[in-house]
Amino acid sequence: MSKLDLLQGTLDLMVLKTLAAMGSLHGYGIARRIEQVSGDQVLLNQGTIYASLVRLEQRGWIASSWGLSGNNRKAKFYSITRGGRRQLAEDARYWERVSGVMERVLRMQPGTAELADEDGEPA
Amino acid sequence: MNWRAARRVAAFFGKRRLDRELEDELAAHVEFAIEENLERGLPWHEARRVALASMGGLEQAKDRHRQARGLMRLDILLQDLKYTFRTLGRDPGFTAVAILILALGVGANIAVFSVVDTLMLRPLPFPNAQELVWIAPPPQKCGLSCATYSTDAYDEFRTYSHSYQDVTGYFSYSSPENLNLFAGNGAPIPATGIDVIANFFNVLGVQPAMGRLFRPADALDGAAPVIVLSNPWWRRQFHADPQIIGKAFDINGRQTTVVGVLPASFDFGAVFSPGSKVDAITPLDLYGPPRGWGNIITFIGRMKPGVTLAQARDDARSAAPHLCWNNRNPQTCGSYVKAGIVPDALKEYVSGRLRRSLIVLWSAVGLILLIACVNLSNLLLARAMARSKEFAMRATLGASRSRIVGQLLTESLILSAAGSLLGLALAYFLIFWLAHQGAIALPLLGDLRIDRAALAWTFLIAVGTAFLFGIFPGLRMAGGQLAEALKDSGAGAGQSRRHERVRSVLVVTEVALACVLLVGAGLLLRSFLRVLNIDLGFQPERGYAMRVDVPNFPVDGNANTPQARQAVTRERTAFFQQVIARVTQLPGVQAAGISDYLPLGQNRAWGTPWPKGVKQPDALATGPLVYVVTPGYLRAMGTPLRGRDFSWDDGPTGQNVIIISQAYAQFLAAYAHWPNEDPVGHTLSSGDQDLTIIGVAANVHEETTEGDAGWQIYYPQTQASPTGAQLVLRSTLPASTGANAVLQTLRTLNPSQTASELRPIQSFVDHANSPRRFFMFLVVAFAALGLLLAALGIYGVISYSVTRRTQEIGIRMALGATIGRVQWQVLAGTVRLALMGIALGAVASLAAARLIASLLYATSPWDLPTYLGMVAALLAVAVGSGYLPARRASRTNPMVALRAN
Repeated sequence: MSKLDLLQGTLDLMVLKTLAAMGSLHGYGIARRIEQVSGDQVLLNQGTIYASLVRLEQRGWIASSWGLSGNNRKAKFYSITRGGRRQLAEDARYWERVSGVMERVLRMQPGTAELADEDGEPA
Repeated sequence: MNWRAARRVAAFFGKRRLDRELEDELAAHVEFAIEENLERGLPWHEARRVALASMGGLEQAKDRHRQARGLMRLDILLQDLKYTFRTLGRDPGFTAVAILILALGVGANIAVFSVVDTLMLRPLPFPNAQELVWIAPPPQKCGLSCATYSTDAYDEFRTYSHSYQDVTGYFSYSSPENLNLFAGNGAPIPATGIDVIANFFNVLGVQPAMGRLFRPADALDGAAPVIVLSNPWWRRQFHADPQIIGKAFDINGRQTTVVGVLPASFDFGAVFSPGSKVDAITPLDLYGPPRGWGNIITFIGRMKPGVTLAQARDDARSAAPHLCWNNRNPQTCGSYVKAGIVPDALKEYVSGRLRRSLIVLWSAVGLILLIACVNLSNLLLARAMARSKEFAMRATLGASRSRIVGQLLTESLILSAAGSLLGLALAYFLIFWLAHQGAIALPLLGDLRIDRAALAWTFLIAVGTAFLFGIFPGLRMAGGQLAEALKDSGAGAGQSRRHERVRSVLVVTEVALACVLLVGAGLLLRSFLRVLNIDLGFQPERGYAMRVDVPNFPVDGNANTPQARQAVTRERTAFFQQVIARVTQLPGVQAAGISDYLPLGQNRAWGTPWPKGVKQPDALATGPLVYVVTPGYLRAMGTPLRGRDFSWDDGPTGQNVIIISQAYAQFLAAYAHWPNEDPVGHTLSSGDQDLTIIGVAANVHEETTEGDAGWQIYYPQTQASPTGAQLVLRSTLPASTGANAVLQTLRTLNPSQTASELRPIQSFVDHANSPRRFFMFLVVAFAALGLLLAALGIYGVISYSVTRRTQEIGIRMALGATIGRVQWQVLAGTVRLALMGIALGAVASLAAARLIASLLYATSPWDLPTYLGMVAALLAVAVGSGYLPARRASRTNPMVALRAN
């Protein structure tokens, strides 16, 4: 099975979530973590992580500082900010809605017309 | 989001530091990856390869990071700019020519825009200038007397009109150098003053630079004389004395107190009498002697806010019947109804009649700019051709089309920005020069400057032209088959041929545009020459005039009894006789005479003397202009005369004699049925006076050079009262040598004679012709510029095509083509292009000529010689600019040409 291409915008969310779950991490750590969590299903071009990081930092959702890694190597460590957590919650809610809708749409059978009024409440 | 924008800007400037950090970060990343791979047991080389591969390329990662972090677009622009400066710098010849062409086109446009803006677009330099109106009857034959109102009429108009905040006016008959300032012990210094109604400055909204302006009390009968100085006169004559207010000077024999100095921004002459300077303003005594002088005041009103011009006109019509020429004479009430009282926007009065000329001027520079654009388009296209391989290479290496077009447009913008800056500098000098042409009878010229509007216009032009000349080559470059360019072997290939066709079209366009300009300029030039050849009824060449101060006795015959008046007349006659006798004896002087007014200067009318015993028609035409002259004046002026001239013996008690102009004589003859239509010896009656016609003088253009010559009537100074005295003499010597002798002669007869100037009569004519000369000069200069640009364009294209066909020409010469034949072929190509352009241009000119028809004098808009001249000029230019490349072509050495490539 070929690896998944990442949808536009999903990488930012993954980075935020990873930092929220793991605390402070450097770029390589984040990239590896995402790969591991996805069960190596995601085709992550590790270089793109840095564009995502600078974008998130400029928006004030993550912060960075230089520090030493476990094997005494100098690296830039990122951590999520309070604004980042708020954003993460918001984005996560949005993704759940999207994936819920996608799931229902994809399960659609020929002739199941009642889908539209199954329930009025937003997913 | 704003935070992000700010950080991106910060990142744009902190590029170097951020890049270094990124470098470190990525290096660390790779190290981590290698370490992990090594742990998984990969050999070092493989560990490194895998690490780099999963990065997806270090450079790409950096690029993505930069894109996310900073302002990529700006980075690209900067790159383009850097690249543009480099490529332009590599080709200094092209760059210099392009910038120069643009500078000329843009400079002319900015200068003309400033003129148009000052004269036409900008409001007059007064607060709420749109409320100001000029109130006068429609133009008539009898000059100023029919364009003005009496002091009584002024009062009544102010009372009976309801549209105005206030109405003011000034005395229209002030002549140049009517003030004699006695400062110290020297001879009096001449200056020009204007009498205004006391509320003049309040109505216009002018504030003094120093002191105060007039109060009603200043204008009362018997008030202490006061004067307000113009800013330039205060600086020049009084050395900008800051303590001038309150000082008194002897002006025209009366101690006059300076109460104020006008601001530099107010120039009476610039608005109300273009081309002349006014040094000082004095209050007009409405209820003193001026009350008896008849029509003397020009009205200016300030409408109430919200009142329209149409309402003001209706209002004036209903006020007209209440106006009396003289309140003491009820018969004169309502006499202004016939002539009419018509308010018109003051701006319209000041510059309305120049509108057409300004539009033509504007169009002319617009054409120049178009020609410049076509030229530049052509140059850029040639350059783009030469660089097509470069662009093809860039496209192959991954540059997008928009990047390439963007690059070309950047080049255009840089060129046009540089051209516009240089053009701005050129315009600055041109405008400075124009603003200091005090002798041109155009209003507000002194206000010319490069202001914010002109700068905005420059910006608009710069961007507009850049797109106009840049987009075409840009699109052609990007739209063409770029890959083809790489294969294209250059000479003789299809792509190049198509380019040449495009360039030919551009040249034809250019020639056609130049053609329109040339025809316009030619028509204006011919009109101007015609105007110079108008028989004015007098001979300006070698004629000079100087103002004479008449000593001791009241100038205007203020004596009250007939005997006193006669005594004054006799005294004055004796004085004038002496002046003329002495001046005639000066070396070089052939004739001399004195008149109170001169043609093309001031004028007045005294009603319409009518053949005695003949019934007057009810609707009587307006009267002839009156000149009170001495014997010899007509001869000195060079005005031909039939019958006899006045003589010193036509005394105050003798028969009253007059000389009338031919046109007036003809007009009267139609009613009087004189035998042979000869009026000489017949009598006209004017009021209770009988006037015997002793001569008929040629028609004189007394108000304008171009308009119809009106009617004149000459009264002998020995019998009538003149208003001042202008000595006219005809001399073989130039004014510079004669002036002093004349002044000395006048001083011996009257020690208090002012140091007046001896002015050539030609200068009055030049002054009258100056607006036409001004516009003609500019349009002709622009046409010459257009012709030059067209020549450059033709040269460029032909020269390029010769270079491109060097090989072909070489082959043909090797096969036996003669030098003459090769030259002829190149020239024929040139002439063919020119002829196409001329044909197109001629058609366009025929259409455009209608636009300037109203500006022409005695010249048809389809004037054949002008069109033939245009064709000849353009063909000559085409042949001239084709000849150089033709010669180069014929010098081609076949061997060299064949070896090339």
